[in-house]
Order: sequence, then structure tokens, then C-alpha cells
Amino acid sequence: MAYSEKVIDHYQHPRNVGSFGTSKDVAARRDIGVGIVGAPECGDVMQLQLRISEEGIIEEAKFKCFGCGSAIASSSLATEWIKGKSIEEALTIRNTQIVEELSLPPVKIHCSVLAEDSIRSAIADFQKKNGIVTATAETNAAAH
Amino acid sequence: MALKLPIYMDNAATTRTDPRVVEAMLPYFTEKFGNAASRNHVFGWDAEDGIEIAREQAASLIGASSKEVIWTSGSTESNNLAIKGAARMYAKSPEGTKNRGHIITCVIEHKAVLDPCKRLEREGFDITWITPAPDGIVTRQMIADAIRSDTILVSIMWVNNEIGTINEVPEIGKLCHEKGIIFHTDATQWVGKMPTDVERDCIDLMSWSSHKIYGPKGVGALFVRRRSPRVRLEALIDGGGHERGMRSGTLNVTGIVGFGKACELCKEGMDADRERLFSLKQKLERELSSRLEVVQVNGHADRRVPHICNISFGYVEGESLLMGIKDIACSSGSACTSASLEPSYVLKNLGIGDELAHSSLRLSIGRWTTEAEIDYAIQAIEKSVEHLRTLSPLWDLFKEGIDVSKIEWQAH
Repeated sequence: MAYSEKVIDHYQHPRNVGSFGTSKDVAARRDIGVGIVGAPECGDVMQLQLRISEEGIIEEAKFKCFGCGSAIASSSLATEWIKGKSIEEALTIRNTQIVEELSLPPVKIHCSVLAEDSIRSAIADFQKKNGIVTATAETNAAAH
Repeated sequence: MALKLPIYMDNAATTRTDPRVVEAMLPYFTEKFGNAASRNHVFGWDAEDGIEIAREQAASLIGASSKEVIWTSGSTESNNLAIKGAARMYAKSPEGTKNRGHIITCVIEHKAVLDPCKRLEREGFDITWITPAPDGIVTRQMIADAIRSDTILVSIMWVNNEIGTINEVPEIGKLCHEKGIIFHTDATQWVGKMPTDVERDCIDLMSWSSHKIYGPKGVGALFVRRRSPRVRLEALIDGGGHERGMRSGTLNVTGIVGFGKACELCKEGMDADRERLFSLKQKLERELSSRLEVVQVNGHADRRVPHICNISFGYVEGESLLMGIKDIACSSGSACTSASLEPSYVLKNLGIGDELAHSSLRLSIGRWTTEAEIDYAIQAIEKSVEHLRTLSPLWDLFKEGIDVSKIEWQAH
């Protein structure tokens, strides 16, 4: 399968790889939202960690991904896009935009869906930790 | 000598045609181009001579008589002809009825065996699908336990094409002969690489293919036993009655001549090739297992052919690994490399876990693989696995001491 240049670039130079500590560390931190979506037996797992300010701005985003090149590129791109955005803005990102930007073929659309899910899931985790109830984030996260 | 990239390590998929094979084929395109069935002129005779020399070469490689070799288009056709042809010939009751006979095969066979068996199931035959243990070996005992009074055919591959494991074929052949059951083996990954003797090994029907043994694509053969027992098959392709009526159609003379030559070359160089490939494979597996953590060589530890190596690298997804070693042509059991988005059914059925199936790489070496290429592959794979592990959330969990398989994942 031929990859687009952008996918290859993200694969070779992934942006914002990392985490804010062990799973235990981040679970205890209220300024960090963690989203882990996918499953090893399905061949892709994406982990997104967002450091969010009290004002609701995503100050830092870190990702890790077990998955194909397109999955790695989708999550790397997602971190680039949401950095500096407000929670509300981040929630407007759609998987179709990722598909378009990376020129993903139809069989790789699920990679972009996972990336969108990881954003929603990380934000929902942040909101849950901080007792924020917003109907939109919760329902969307549960929809997939 | 400088290393030439890309490196080919997908010899279980197909092989480069040996230049000596190409040379043998050339006259049959432009000079001896006759139809081997033309009986009344020299063009036809020349073509027929070429075919019969090739038949001798193919028969000699497997210890058969040349009359027992039927030309086909490849192993897929050979398997179809053997399985459907034998089942329909030895059916216990006519078309349209049930309980037409019992067939034994195995869940990790190639699709070219599984799919004909599924069709026969719809046609009223009863199939037992054996699932081997995680080491991948189909044993004589597994077949013995599955045999019934109405068993007419057993079809078990000699070598599994994904993991390279060697089944107990001579033992199963002997058992089938004792019980009077027809025994077919798909020997695509065995013949030409390992010593074969259809008499000693009690084979009734055996498929193999030219392009896996350095011959051209589009040609294969089916060994059909003529004595004790004489095996009869119902043809799949009707027409001019070529190949003793079992496979009509003008013979692919150039291809067959090349296939014959390829068989001859395999026989000549077999021992040396086998030793060389075995030591290269040992080096590959030994180095990767010692340099990297959480590496699993799939299939039985020893009962494997020298040219196929299947390895899983824990917490690294196979397609992304292929992308990282783009100068090495090989394949993966990862779902992402298949159109169906399902991981390898062979690895899945062995119960090694879907996760390790997604993380697997098949490297298959051949006549032109050099030690320098093996060294390059070891380094490239090591580097890529390490890079991908820095990206892998599963690797972090593993390092934190968390059992990834115990986590409740939200499957997508």
C-alpha cells in the first residue's frame, strides 16, 4: 500500500510523542485528561494525554500509538491540531478532516475515527476529574 | 560487495526465476513454439519432447514416475483438482444427496485447500477441521482420532506457508494407506526445498508450484498415484482430454519447460541450499531474539523448514514495522496488511493471541539471500522495533508491570 507523503512524514517524525508520567501518575492529576481508545487485539490502541488549563485551554498534548502508519500519523496530527485550542474548539475536530489532510484511503478511515475518539475520550476524562458535566462531550464519547 | 536495496525476503510468496530456468525456456517461445498436442509435425514433437523432459525432471524430484505428474496452472488449481476431483470420484452417494463422505483437513491450511473443502461441505460432504496445538504441528494422532468409517480423503499440508512448521506427513500417509483412505498433501513450501519421496512418504496426491521453487509463475503440478492405490479424479476442466483426461487445455509449454528445469536445479542444489538457508535463518532468529525483549518465534521450535521465519515483536504493530523496514520486502500477519482487516487466521487459530498476530513478521529467505542481507535485516528490524516501542502505549504499560491482556479494552 502506498502512503501519502504526510503519513510518511508523521510516521518518521511523529509530533508530541510521550506522556505526562506513568498511568498511575496521570490518573492522580486533575489537570490532565487521558484518552485510551482501541484494543490490542484489533491492532490499534491510541493514547492521548492533554494538559488543560483552568480556563479550559489545551496547553499540551502528548500521544502514544500502537497501530499502523496511518494510525500513528492520525494521532500525531491530532496532537498538532488541538494544542492551544479550547476544549470547545477541540471537540469540533472531525475524523473527516484528518482523512482529508492525510489522504487516507477508505480502509484506513477507522484510524481517523480512533483519533477523533481519543480527543473526546481525553476531554471527557478531564471533565470527569473536575466535576464538569457537559452533555455534548459525554454523549459523543459514548456514541462509538 | 555493496548491499543492493531493496532486499527480497518474501520467498514464501514467490521466488525470483533462476536465470538458468529462463534460458531453458527461451527457445520454446520463438523456435519450438508448437502445440504439444500437434501430433503430425516437428513443431508439435519438439514441444512434446520439452514437456516430457520436464515431466521426468518433476517426477525425479519427488520420486514418482513421470506418468504420475499432471500439469496445472499452480498449486491452487492442483489443490482444487485433488480435493474436489477425489471427493466427487469417491463420493458415497450421488450429487444432491447428503452424507456423501467424510474429509479431514486442518484450519491452518492455505485458502486453496480450505475453500474447496467448504464448497464440498455445501455439496453434501462432511468435513472435520482439525485445530493443531499452538506449536502448529498436525500429528498422525490428530488424524487417527478424526478418521471415521466413511472417511474418503485426508488433506494436510506438508509445511505451513505462514509459520513454516512441518506436519507429520509421512506418518499420516502411512496411516491413510493402512486405512485405505486417499491422502493429499499441499507440498508447495516443501517440494524443491526438502527431500521428497512419494513412495516412502505414502502420498497419493501432492500439489506443488513452479514459482515457489525459482521457476516461472502460472505453472504447477499434481502428483496422482497410479499404483497401489490407483487414484482416479473427476476433472474440473473438460475439453480436449489432455493430461490423461484430468486437465484439459493446451499445455503451457514454456512454463512447463521452465518448471522442469527449476525442479532439476532444486534437486542438484538441495542439500547445499538447505544447509545455507538453515544457518541464515538460525542467525536471524537468534540475533533478533537476543537483541530485543518480548520476541516470540512462532511455530514449533525445531520442526520448521529452513526458509520461513515468523516472528512476533510484542507491543509493536506489524504494518507499522513493515513501514519502518521499507527496504526489506517481507510480509506481516497484521490485519492492516490484509484487505479484510482481519489478522492472520493461521496465527489466530493457533491461539497465540490476536495481539501477537498483529505484531508478526514473516521473513522468507531463498537461493539468493546473502549473509550481508541477513545482517542488514537484523539491524533494520531492531532499530524499527525500538523506535515503535517508544511510541507504543502498550510498551509503557508492559514496562510499568501492567498485564495488557487483563485490561478491559473498549473494542472498536
